[in-house]
Amino acid sequence: MKVLVAVKRVVDYNVKVRAKADGSDVDLNNVKMAINPFCEIAVEEAIRLREAGVATEVIAVSIGDKSCQEQIRTSLALGADRGIQVETEGAVEPLVVAKLLKGVIEKEQPQLVILGKQSIDGDNNQTGQMLGALTNMPQGTFASELVVDGDKITVTREVDGGLQTLSLNLPAIVTTDLRLNEPRYASLPNIMKAKKKQMDVYSPADLGVEPKAHLTTLKVEPPPERKAGIMVASVEELVDKLKNEAKVIS
Amino acid sequence: MSEYQEIIAQLRDTVAQICDQYAGEYWRAKDRAREYPGEFVQALTDAGLLACLIPEAYGGSGLPLSVALEITRAIHENGANAAACHAQMYTMGTLLRHGSDEQKARYLPGIARGELRLQAFGVTEPSAGTDTAGITTTATLDGDRYIVNGQKVWISRAEHSDLMILLARTTPRNEVSKRTDGLSVFVVELREALENGLTIRPIRTMINHATTELFFDNMPVPAENLLGEEGKGFRYILSGMNAERILIASECIGDARWFIKTATDYACERKVFGRPIGQNQGVQFPIARAYAQTEAADLMVSKAAELYDAGEACGAEANMAKMLAAEASWAAGDTCLQTHGGFGLAEEYDVERKFRETRLYQIAPISTNLILSYLGEHELGMPRSY
Ligand SMILES: Cc1cc2nc3c(=O)[nH]c(=O)nc-3n(C[C@H](O)[C@H](O)[C@H](O)COP(=O)(O)OP(=O)(O)OC[C@H]3O[C@@H](n4cnc5c(N)ncnc54)[C@H](O)[C@@H]3O)c2cc1C
Repeated sequence: MKVLVAVKRVVDYNVKVRAKADGSDVDLNNVKMAINPFCEIAVEEAIRLREAGVATEVIAVSIGDKSCQEQIRTSLALGADRGIQVETEGAVEPLVVAKLLKGVIEKEQPQLVILGKQSIDGDNNQTGQMLGALTNMPQGTFASELVVDGDKITVTREVDGGLQTLSLNLPAIVTTDLRLNEPRYASLPNIMKAKKKQMDVYSPADLGVEPKAHLTTLKVEPPPERKAGIMVASVEELVDKLKNEAKVIS
Repeated sequence: MSEYQEIIAQLRDTVAQICDQYAGEYWRAKDRAREYPGEFVQALTDAGLLACLIPEAYGGSGLPLSVALEITRAIHENGANAAACHAQMYTMGTLLRHGSDEQKARYLPGIARGELRLQAFGVTEPSAGTDTAGITTTATLDGDRYIVNGQKVWISRAEHSDLMILLARTTPRNEVSKRTDGLSVFVVELREALENGLTIRPIRTMINHATTELFFDNMPVPAENLLGEEGKGFRYILSGMNAERILIASECIGDARWFIKTATDYACERKVFGRPIGQNQGVQFPIARAYAQTEAADLMVSKAAELYDAGEACGAEANMAKMLAAEASWAAGDTCLQTHGGFGLAEEYDVERKFRETRLYQIAPISTNLILSYLGEHELGMPRSY
C-alpha cells in the first residue's frame, strides 16, 4: 500500500509571529520555519504504517517554492521513502493546494492520503475536505486513531460530542488531529540517509492545474492587546460582573 | 559548508526536541541528587548524535567538527548540558588517529553504536596538575602486559564508561632527554580493571559532573592495548585536545545564548517601578554587551573548526576559541543572574545551576592562564613564563 502524506512549511510554533509594518503579510524575515505540527503527525502515522508492514511506500509531498524542500527533506529524515515538491510561487490557497494534490494522486495512485487537519498559519481546515470532494474519495477528518484492515480503514474522529468511528473504503483521505500520535525526531543516521533519497519536482502545469487566486488579503494586523484581568472576591461578584458589566449572561 | 546547511538545521531540531523531553526539572532533580543524566545521554546515543565524528566505515556519520559543534552548542542553547557525554564524541579521536587497524576494528563499531562508552580520559594527576609531563603514574612492561601504578584526579565519567584513554609514564623521567618523552597512551577496559587493581572514587563538586579520582594498584593492561608507539603518548594526547577545546567552546557559546535569551525575556517581562526592567540601560547594556562578546567568540570557534576540518594547525585558534567562549558564557551568566535579581538564586529558574556549570570552562579542560601563556610564548614569541 502506497501512502501519500502532504506536508506544509509554516512558521515554527514556538515563534511569536508579527505583522509586517505595512500590514501586507506576516513578517517572515529571519523567522524559523518548520513542518506544520499536524503534518508531522501525518508523516509519523504513515511511517508507523510502513513499520507495521501495512504500507509499503511513504511519499511526502509539499507545495511551495524551493524552500519547502527543507520540510520534504525533514520528512525523509523522519522515514518517508521519497519526496515530491510541486513548485509554486507566493501564497497558495486551499482550493489550489487540493487541486494540485489531486494531480499528484492521479500520478501516484496512493491507497491512502494523510494530511494535517489544518496548518497553524492560516488555520483554514479546508484542504483535506476539498481534496475529498475533488477526488470523490471517502474522507475521515480529525483522526485520533487509524486502523487499516484489508481494503478498509477505520478512522476514530474527535468531534465535539466525543468520538465517532467511521469505516471507509480505500483509497481514502484522512486528516490528523493532535492525539493521533506523538511524532519522533530524526536520528542522525536517518538525516544522513535522507540526503540520498529521491525528490521529484513538478510544476502545476505538469499536473494540469493553473494556480488561480480566488482570495485577496486586505490587511494583516495583530489582534488587539488583551487588557489586564481583575481578581474577584466571590462567586457572587463574578456572576454580577458577567451579568451587568460583560453582559454575557442574563 | 553549505552542503551541511540542511543537515545542521535538522540536527538542531532533533537536539531541541530531545532537550524538550529533558527540560529544567529533569536537570534540577539530577543536580540535587548529583546523579548521572543517563536517560538524556541514552536519548542522544539512540539518535546517533554521539557517533557524529566517527567515520562511516566504523558505523558513525563521519561529520566534520564544524557540524558536530552544532550539536554541543544546541544542547547548551536549549538549557541542557553535554558534559555527561561530550567526551563520547571526541575521546575516540586518539584511538582513530593513533590506534592500529585491529584496535580500531575492535572498539570503534561498538562505540559508534553506543554499546561501548569511551568517554573517560585519564591525564590529570594530583601532584602534576597542569604540568602534564610531570605525571608520575607508571606503566611497566611485564611480559605481554603493562602493570600500572599511581593515581589520577578529576577523571570525569569513569563510572559511566567502559573504556578509558590513559596516559602513563613508561620510561622514567631521568632516562629521557625531553620530559615530554617516555609517556604512553593505553586503552583501558574499565570493567575488567575494576576487578584488577583499579579503584574509582567519586568527587563531589560544585556542579553535577560525575568526576572521580582513580587509584591504580598493580593494574594490568594487555600490551596490545598500547596506542601507537611507546613513549610518544604526550604528542598523541595533544593532538586530540584541539577537537575537545573547540567542542567545549561551542558548549560555552550555547550556554551564553541560553543566558542571553533567558535574561532578555526576563528583562522584558519583569516590571518594577511600573516598567520593564529591560527599559533601563543599566539592565539592557550588560545583556547587549554579553551578546556582542558571544557573537565575537563564536566567530573564533567557527574559525578554529574550519582550520581543524581543513587539517591545518589550529592550536592557537582552538585555545583562543575556548578562552573567549568561556569568558563570554561567564559574562552572560553573571549578567543573567544579575538581571534576575533575587530570583536568579532560586533553583527553579535554572540560572544559578547554569551559572555554576559554565564556570568550569575557565578551568577545564585547560585553564585560562595556560592559554594566555601559550599565546604569549608560541604566538607572540615572548619568553616562556614557567
Ligand atoms: C570538573 C572537572 C572535570 C575534569 N575532567 C577531567 C578529565 O576528565 N580528565 C582529565 O585528565 N582532567 C580533567 N580535569 C582536570 C583539569 O584539566 C585540570 O583541573 C586543569 O587542567 C587544571 O589543573 P589543576 O586543577 O591541577 O590546576 P593547577 O595546575 O594546580 O593550577 C591552579 C591554578 O594555577 C594556574 N597556573 C598553574 N600553572 C601556572 C603557570 N605556569 N602560569 C600561570 N598560571 C598557572 C592555573 O591556571 C590555575 O588557575 C577536570 C577538572 C575538573 C574541575
